[in-house]
Amino acid sequence: MVLTVLQRLGRSVLVVLLVALGSVLLLSLAPGSAASVILGENATPEMIDELNKELGLDRPIWSQYLHWLADAVTGDFGTSPITHQPVTDAIIERLPVTIELAVLALAFSLFVAVILAIISASLAGTWVDRAITGLSSVFLSVPAFVAGPVLVYYGAVQLGWFPVTGWNRISEGLGPNLQSAILPVLAISLTEIASFHRLLRTDLVATLREDFVGAARAKGMGRGYVMLRHALRPSSFSLITLVGINLGRLIGGTVIVEALFTLPGLGQLVVSSINSRDVITVQGVVVFVAIVYVVVNMLVDLSYGWLDPRTRKVARA
Amino acid sequence: MNAQPEPVLAVRNLRAYIGTPRGAVRAVDDVSLHVGRAQALGVVGESGSGKSVMARAIMGLLPPRSACSGEVLFKGRDLLTLPRKERQEIWGKQIAMVFQDPGRSLNPVVRIERQLTEGMRKHLGIGKSEAHGRAVDLLREVGVPDPERRLRNYPHELSGGMRQRVMIATALACEPDLLIADEPTTALDVTVQRQILDLLRRVQRDRGMAMMLISHDLAVVAGRTDRVAVMYAGRLAETGTTRAIFAAPRHRYTHALLDATPSLDHQRHAPMRVIPGSLPDPTSPPPGCRFAPRCAHTTDACVDPGPRMTSADGVAAGMDHLIACVNPVAAPAAADGAAPASVGAGASPNTGLAKGGDLVGR
Ligand SMILES: Nc1ncnc2c1ncn2[C@@H]1O[C@H](COP(=O)(O)OP(=O)(O)OP(=O)(O)O)[C@@H](O)[C@H]1O
Ligand SMILES: [Mg+2]
Repeated sequence: MVLTVLQRLGRSVLVVLLVALGSVLLLSLAPGSAASVILGENATPEMIDELNKELGLDRPIWSQYLHWLADAVTGDFGTSPITHQPVTDAIIERLPVTIELAVLALAFSLFVAVILAIISASLAGTWVDRAITGLSSVFLSVPAFVAGPVLVYYGAVQLGWFPVTGWNRISEGLGPNLQSAILPVLAISLTEIASFHRLLRTDLVATLREDFVGAARAKGMGRGYVMLRHALRPSSFSLITLVGINLGRLIGGTVIVEALFTLPGLGQLVVSSINSRDVITVQGVVVFVAIVYVVVNMLVDLSYGWLDPRTRKVARA
Repeated sequence: MNAQPEPVLAVRNLRAYIGTPRGAVRAVDDVSLHVGRAQALGVVGESGSGKSVMARAIMGLLPPRSACSGEVLFKGRDLLTLPRKERQEIWGKQIAMVFQDPGRSLNPVVRIERQLTEGMRKHLGIGKSEAHGRAVDLLREVGVPDPERRLRNYPHELSGGMRQRVMIATALACEPDLLIADEPTTALDVTVQRQILDLLRRVQRDRGMAMMLISHDLAVVAGRTDRVAVMYAGRLAETGTTRAIFAAPRHRYTHALLDATPSLDHQRHAPMRVIPGSLPDPTSPPPGCRFAPRCAHTTDACVDPGPRMTSADGVAAGMDHLIACVNPVAAPAAADGAAPASVGAGASPNTGLAKGGDLVGR
């Protein structure tokens, strides 16, 4: 047990390091540099070289990476040469927005998807099921950059219920905060609902054919009870996996939605840093997201043990 | 037992067709049978003959896209037409079922305690601690050691035999009047099979409960049931007292099945004989007697007009031994031949089995 945990941790650290290295390499391939962005179009090559030296950007990539790494393990992700803001501060500043979006969107999607899946699985094959499943395939293929503008048009422009863009922090009150969150959350949720619904419906239909469901019915238990107490949990293993993956992805920044609604989240931070060749910030955010990913995946694995007692035994053995 | 009081369960002209892409599977096609109070009925037939589908029809567990007609009278009330709410008061409380594979009929992610007590908490309206106490007693009754600990376990922590004992305890929880056991031992080790079967018979007698014991193996029902119903391809072939049928099977199919059943003295020496051929296509069964294509005694009359359910010993002798066979096996000589009707009248459930007895040893 201890060994497997250590193995997992080791693997996770490796993943994070590789992700950071990958992001550095990718950015080094892109033309331009932070220095040229800072100095503007009129800078001479000499000026750029000098600034690069000052910023430590003249050293080879691997050396930059190792230096950065040495600081990173102490929790110092460096300071942005462009904004002069410590990367950690920048992340902390943007994080609440992204987390709120991700958590609200996932919670809402799960809630709706579970209800829809229960309805369509218990009426599998009927027109109700076909209608819900059909709708969810449609939404599955509607990307956020299409859903977003449509939602803005109806929710903000036509009805005027929600702001068109922008973000109200929680400090400005929960009401205004939620008001500015609803449209982005909806834009994210449509595809999430659809994919969750599909997955859970399939697994539920399979579970409902199991003998133990028949046995529960043969005990005279009602349909709702059998569904909630017997069928739902053994059907949710793959759903939990997907939720974990999507949570990681959403924390990584719902770039498109944040751009559409001009929300000050992590996605926007990444986009602006890439545009200004701010390698330090990009690296910091990417590593942070990788860590979140790894942690979420561990939580997902732990939840298997809670969901399925059979896996507990394996872990102990 | 011939002057029948109302049976606990009377199935009349039951048809259960299951829709498949290849057409309707006529899994149960016009079957009538009954189980008397405190009586054990064995339902026997080859794999695919429709035994499970019949049990599922009684329990309202047919797959979607299946059609059911006829009557399933439980204490005079038709389960096929009763409103769902009322049926759910009967299932689990008055009729309980034990399934074939205890590894699959227990929910893997729910503790034994909940699975064992949820039914009685619903039907008997008792609280958690009372249900717990009853559960412990029930597990003791069915021979589960250390019941307190077992209740906290998950199904995978129990052996197959223990799981089936838990299933039986669960079925007994609300003191049902009828227990349906659908091949309760096919998924178990040979050594455990017999223990479970004997346990079923014991609780059935101790509690004065009716039981329907389903098996593809005649030897399983031989010493443990009072009456037997033999099914073939969705139809009833023969029904009568266990004793009469083992002593003198009249239907050609029962006869062949009995011949193919290894008894204790044959088991080690003779290779098992099987009935040549296989079940007909359940979506388009042959006209007339469905066993005719495999039967060595088929005549034209078997196909047209085909057999009807009739008394094996003439109407005068009573309607307890019925066969659907045009050319039945000849009735045995008088000494033995009078047996079915008269034994039927005198037999208590405890009557040993003259010939069936030696079949039990499997
Ligand atoms: N869910 C189902 N869908 C389609 N056909 C089915 C289904 N269940 C049973 N059948 C068919 O119904 C017929 C009767 O099956 P059933 O399970 O009742 O047989 P059985 O007598 O219980 O056999 P066994 O001894 O193998 O349990 C078979 O032809 C089988 O293929
Ligand atoms: Mg079966």
